[in-house]
Amino acid sequence: MAPYDNLIHPGTLLYFVTFLLIGMGFGAVLEMSGFGDSRKLAAQFYFKDLTVLKVMFTAIIVAAVLIFLATGFRLLNYDRIWVNPTYLNSEILGGLIMGVGFIVGGFCPGTSLVAAATLKVDGIFFVLGGLSGVWAFGETVGGFEDFYNNSFYGRLTLPDWLGIPAGVVVLLVVLMALMMFYGAELAEAYFAGKVLDWRPSSLAKVAAATAILAACGVLIGVGQPTPMAKWDRLKGAWENKLETRDVYVHPGEVLELKKNRTLYVRVLDVRPESDYNLFHVAGARRLDPKDVAAPATRTELLSAPDNTVFFLISNGETASTSAWKELKAMGILNVYIIEGGVNKWLEVFPPEPCVAERVKETRGNEAEPLLYAFRYAVGSDSRAAHPDSIRTQPWKACPSPGAATGTLAEASLPSELPYPANLTFTRKVKLQRKVAVKGGCG
Amino acid sequence: MTKENRAYLNPYLGGTLLGIVLFLAYFITGGGLGASSGLNHVQVAVLHFFAPAHVDRVGYMAEIGGGSRNALNYSGVFMLLGTLLGGALAGWFSGRLRWEIRKGPQISSSTRLALAFLGGLIMAYGARMARGCTSGQALSGGAVLSAGSFAFMFAVFGGAYALAWSLRRVWN
Repeated sequence: MAPYDNLIHPGTLLYFVTFLLIGMGFGAVLEMSGFGDSRKLAAQFYFKDLTVLKVMFTAIIVAAVLIFLATGFRLLNYDRIWVNPTYLNSEILGGLIMGVGFIVGGFCPGTSLVAAATLKVDGIFFVLGGLSGVWAFGETVGGFEDFYNNSFYGRLTLPDWLGIPAGVVVLLVVLMALMMFYGAELAEAYFAGKVLDWRPSSLAKVAAATAILAACGVLIGVGQPTPMAKWDRLKGAWENKLETRDVYVHPGEVLELKKNRTLYVRVLDVRPESDYNLFHVAGARRLDPKDVAAPATRTELLSAPDNTVFFLISNGETASTSAWKELKAMGILNVYIIEGGVNKWLEVFPPEPCVAERVKETRGNEAEPLLYAFRYAVGSDSRAAHPDSIRTQPWKACPSPGAATGTLAEASLPSELPYPANLTFTRKVKLQRKVAVKGGCG
Repeated sequence: MTKENRAYLNPYLGGTLLGIVLFLAYFITGGGLGASSGLNHVQVAVLHFFAPAHVDRVGYMAEIGGGSRNALNYSGVFMLLGTLLGGALAGWFSGRLRWEIRKGPQISSSTRLALAFLGGLIMAYGARMARGCTSGQALSGGAVLSAGSFAFMFAVFGGAYALAWSLRRVWN
């Protein structure tokens, strides 16, 4: 499944050639469309020649239809392609500044390169101005870093924001573009002093518009794959990691990594809310299994810092393994499963005897039962929930026999650990960094 | 106006080809097209040659080419090279590869060059502010339906149209 960025390593010849060829295609098309001529570009803003709008929006809708057809037919993984993160304020201000630069200088950065390459002296001056501009930005950005980084919405896409399927959004963008094209044709005729003719100027245009609308119809019909559908397509690469148990991490390693200050450990608890309330690992966040594939979850997890390691936990391993597959298919890096789930966690880090005890009989006939009976819902208020801080934080102990159950009494720091100090386990977590390829100008 | 050897492409055909290039970029590399980050890396590399200590001190530049990092070993720089090469080849085949200055009829060549430099400076400053230029934000971000890219797109057109009337003598 594309993209193939994992095969193109920085520093290799293949990397160089790939980007060189993409750039060549880009430069050649810009030149052939007339974007090396500043007058043609500037004419856009006097309604005389709307080539900029036509080329740009045709490119956007053609690329969008192809990209979402490819993702719809599961040839391309949308979650793994670079989507410009949204920083609303700086994008709008930067856009306005660029608009001013556009009308003053007559180019945008990409087109100025083409103009310079075809020996247009104004293009060369624009590129030199551009080099000074990026330098000036680098020197001054330190002064307004707060503004530069505020209004950050992460990987916010129109389908997620509007809450409608990607195919429908593509259709809306295509309709908007077609209306703009129609308006552009009329505006050009009007400003050239021609008689306005409301009919489309050629049959080819009608045919092209029909074709792209039909493609949108296919897009909506096919839909976008759910993470589980993607898993079926991708599992070849990862299924053996489940079989070899490479992704099942011993609770001791989780504890060790929580103490590692260079990492950001996040535990995602995929159990029912009642079990979560009874007991959860300190800092664990509950993630409803049916929300795993939700756009909001995906957006949040995808924009987590590079050094984040996710651990999934359920009572046993069933629910966590199924969530692991979904997250993996969504392109989330550094996801692991806590071996044996909460049941094993409590076995390794036993709770206070007055809080819970291991049972043989399980409640009801759940697929994945909690094998401990808690006297009351402790949440993370038990030594078993935060064994990492057991030596440093005041903790509570079981009251003397006979006292009312349901409370823990204040106690001093324990003199000895309630679990073996040296747990034996095989380390499995290997931090994987996000791929260096960042599209566009990002 | 000089006679062109070969006419420009129909804009819708040009746009379709550009869309296919953009799609291939995403399909193969997982990223879109761009120009301003390439310029940024070239600028840092040049500055690093003359004043490496300064590059190390300015956070924004140090991330790109500080210390032992080579600012030029970056996809955007190779794409920039390709854009220059592709543009030059296409211009050569179409008979448009020649020294000239393209300007409005009412201004002198030196005014045009000064404005081009100034425009480039403003444009690139805005492009880094917006984390992408017309290609990297509007075109690439638009194709993958990034919400911010659409806001950006309308801001660019808004900024240019707002100032177009005042500058009409430059272009007409």
